Amino acid sequence: MTEPTPTAKLATQGILARARWHPLEFVFWIVAFGSIWFAPNKHLILTEIAWLALFALSLDLILGYAGILSLGHAAFFGVGSYAAALLAKHGIVTEPVLALFCAGLVAAVLGFATSFLMLRGADLTRLMVSLGVALVLRELANQFGWLTGGADGLQGVTMEPILGLFRFDMFGHNGYVYCLVVLFVLFLAARRLMASPFGLSLLAIKGNPLRARAIGIGVDMRLVAIYTIGGFYAGVAGGLLAQTTAFSSLDVFSFDRSADLLLVLIIGGTGYLYGGIIGAVIFKIMQDYLALWSPQYWPFWIGLVLVVMVLVGRDRMTRWSEPLRALVNRLDWRRTPS
Amino acid sequence: MLTILFDGIAYGMLLFVLACGLSVTLGLMNLVNLAHGAFAMAGGYVLVLLVNDLGVPFWASIVCAFFVSALIGLVMEKALYVHIYRKSHLDQVLFTIGLVFMSVAAADYAMGSSQVFARIPDALQGQIHVFGIGMGRYRLMIIAICGGLALALQYVLVYTRFGSRLRAAVDDQRVARGLGINVGSIFALTFAFGSGLAGLGGALGTEILGLDPTFPLKYMIYFLIVVTVGGTSSITGPFLASLLLGIADVAGKYYVPKLGAFVIYTIMIVVLIWRPQGLFARAANK
Amino acid sequence: MTVALETSHLVKKFGGLTATNDVSISIKAGARHALIGPNGAGKTTLINLLTGMLKPTSGRVMLGGIDITNMSPQKRVRLGMVRTFQINQLFGDLTPLETIGLAISEQHGDGADFWRVAGTKAGVNQDIADILDRFRLADVMNTKTSILPYGKQRLLEIAVAIACKPKVLLLDEPAAGVPDDERHEILTSIAALPKDVTVVLIEHDMDIVFSFSETISVLVNGGLFTEGPAAEVARDPRVKAVYLGESLDA
Repeated sequence: MTEPTPTAKLATQGILARARWHPLEFVFWIVAFGSIWFAPNKHLILTEIAWLALFALSLDLILGYAGILSLGHAAFFGVGSYAAALLAKHGIVTEPVLALFCAGLVAAVLGFATSFLMLRGADLTRLMVSLGVALVLRELANQFGWLTGGADGLQGVTMEPILGLFRFDMFGHNGYVYCLVVLFVLFLAARRLMASPFGLSLLAIKGNPLRARAIGIGVDMRLVAIYTIGGFYAGVAGGLLAQTTAFSSLDVFSFDRSADLLLVLIIGGTGYLYGGIIGAVIFKIMQDYLALWSPQYWPFWIGLVLVVMVLVGRDRMTRWSEPLRALVNRLDWRRTPS
Repeated sequence: MLTILFDGIAYGMLLFVLACGLSVTLGLMNLVNLAHGAFAMAGGYVLVLLVNDLGVPFWASIVCAFFVSALIGLVMEKALYVHIYRKSHLDQVLFTIGLVFMSVAAADYAMGSSQVFARIPDALQGQIHVFGIGMGRYRLMIIAICGGLALALQYVLVYTRFGSRLRAAVDDQRVARGLGINVGSIFALTFAFGSGLAGLGGALGTEILGLDPTFPLKYMIYFLIVVTVGGTSSITGPFLASLLLGIADVAGKYYVPKLGAFVIYTIMIVVLIWRPQGLFARAANK
Repeated sequence: MTVALETSHLVKKFGGLTATNDVSISIKAGARHALIGPNGAGKTTLINLLTGMLKPTSGRVMLGGIDITNMSPQKRVRLGMVRTFQINQLFGDLTPLETIGLAISEQHGDGADFWRVAGTKAGVNQDIADILDRFRLADVMNTKTSILPYGKQRLLEIAVAIACKPKVLLLDEPAAGVPDDERHEILTSIAALPKDVTVVLIEHDMDIVFSFSETISVLVNGGLFTEGPAAEVARDPRVKAVYLGESLDA
């Protein structure tokens, strides 16, 4: 084999840099895992943050990377949630990790099936179809009360210890560690996925589907793939909710949940994987604080945040994340063309 | 059976008046406005306030509902919506969902969270029987008013100068601008008028749809179905889609109450898969 | 000489309007061919038919003897039918390095690899580097495409197409909108395209057409008006009448 040319060496470095870890990222995860010890009395809300972060990460995969506008992402979350709860309740798969994986698979199957509906049409059509799928599933869950508990929710779920070793305790310690580990593992997988040629091709499709086709990228199959993966992630997030609360209700399919999720992701910024996690932290803290202050009118403040963010410009609002985003996407954000 | 058809038509006509403004704004500015229902809710509350609390006659209140909503629409368009026309659909969705949430919470704060009804005049209560079919007087009034409005709208769009400008602007904004048509002011007017119609529909609909602060959320999907299924290239599309939706929903709730809204959501998905541009869109030739 | 690209009785109708009317063209392998015609002559429609963005009403398209009439656009690309765009169609958030990398990965058939970190195949990287060098994009390879100077974006537009290893390359007004001082760089790159690539140039600028092409087809009102060697077409008085008139007299 011949020696690569100087440009080839530079090019290799340039592409590989996308996958390289930056020190800030290590700090981020050290802090995240550190919270297990330095914030033991906050584990219940941290658990919520963890599954919400995973849920937002799943939306980031399809919206932030592939550019698919969805208003019904709760469909996958809900299916995963019910799947996890039902598996535990009926003793089909009692070990939580395995059950969680199954819940993700069920949601992935749904993602695969509905992805074909999302290929056609413009943004509004996709929006309506995704919203419609979530609403249909909610109606189904409501109708099949013998299975899902209907409007009362699915009660009487008892969780076995994780890996047969760690019990879900009432302070949520083990539950939090469990959620955080799942989030971390799936984050690593997503990071790897997005540093691959496949991940890069999604960004290309989002940027310009016409040209993506013109350079030979099979656009439809890539979108099907990422929508399926996004479904898996959302399903696991829903499964985590069901497992840590030992409960699942119709609320998991609600429109508000999909809409809130958009806000979570938008606060953190799309397209660099950390946005959903950071957004989840900010959102939950905000919710906690505002809920004390004016619980009934909490939607008003969510709405106000959304309106202001759009008017001011999302790019400007999330500019603080630019350095981190640049690190992850390996874009040289400071350099101007010479 | 015929009574169901009759109720469905009344419901559909009402949906048309509620949603036709949305169809025009979507077609004209390619604006995804999920907050359309908020204007309808405003109209509903105006009617309730005027009739129940201030004792204003019913008919005068209906007219007021139109104008108040139109005014709110005009102000909102000039103050807020103009800034988001050029933004991405994602931004438009975020922005208008934000407005929905704000309007829901604001209505809750101002009007309370319970369902309210307006006192309707005696002349509109009860049923009349024609050829053995029982028809509610109120619904008959809705069919008359909304049917009349639909005809008037069709006339304005097809035969007036404003209508032809509007259609030109919907078809191709750049060309319309080139012809010296002031697209901005046409849009402001249309937006206000569409909001006014939504307010009118909201006012008329308090009796049938019910009115509470979650109205914009509850009926958002219905308006969007009318628009996406009907297409945005004419008003006949949304009109037919409204009638279909109205009849399907009423019939569905009557014959298969267990399935609830399942029927219409499924129909919507099937239609959108089959014809992404809408059921009644002109055949796309490109 | 083998035929690289051939259309036979190609027709495309939009409702009542015939945009492409019974066009039969045959272009030899390695040719430098220009496709010209006044505005509205149906050049863009023809490109869309060739690349699969549109399906013809009737007629066939053959690429290197293979019938590609009903193939998807991306399949045609894999068979070597590649185009550039009159208006830049690039990925604003990606860098030239990544853009070309994507095209090359698709060529190598590993564009859908999802568990391999991009940049771990030496062969791919060398191919990318060669193209970056050839189109003078190496110095800006890590700059976001959206902030590149227009001339560089234009070069990238052609470089991406070349990265797809075309047998037939359709260049749609490659120098459109490029300022004069950057124009030279584009024209040099076009002139230096490998000889085994068949190039079809769609262009308004007659200087470029005549300096570059050996054969010319003239489209008028959707139909093939005339075709032949460049010099002959240039002399044809009917062509002057419908189209060239001023630009040749000047």
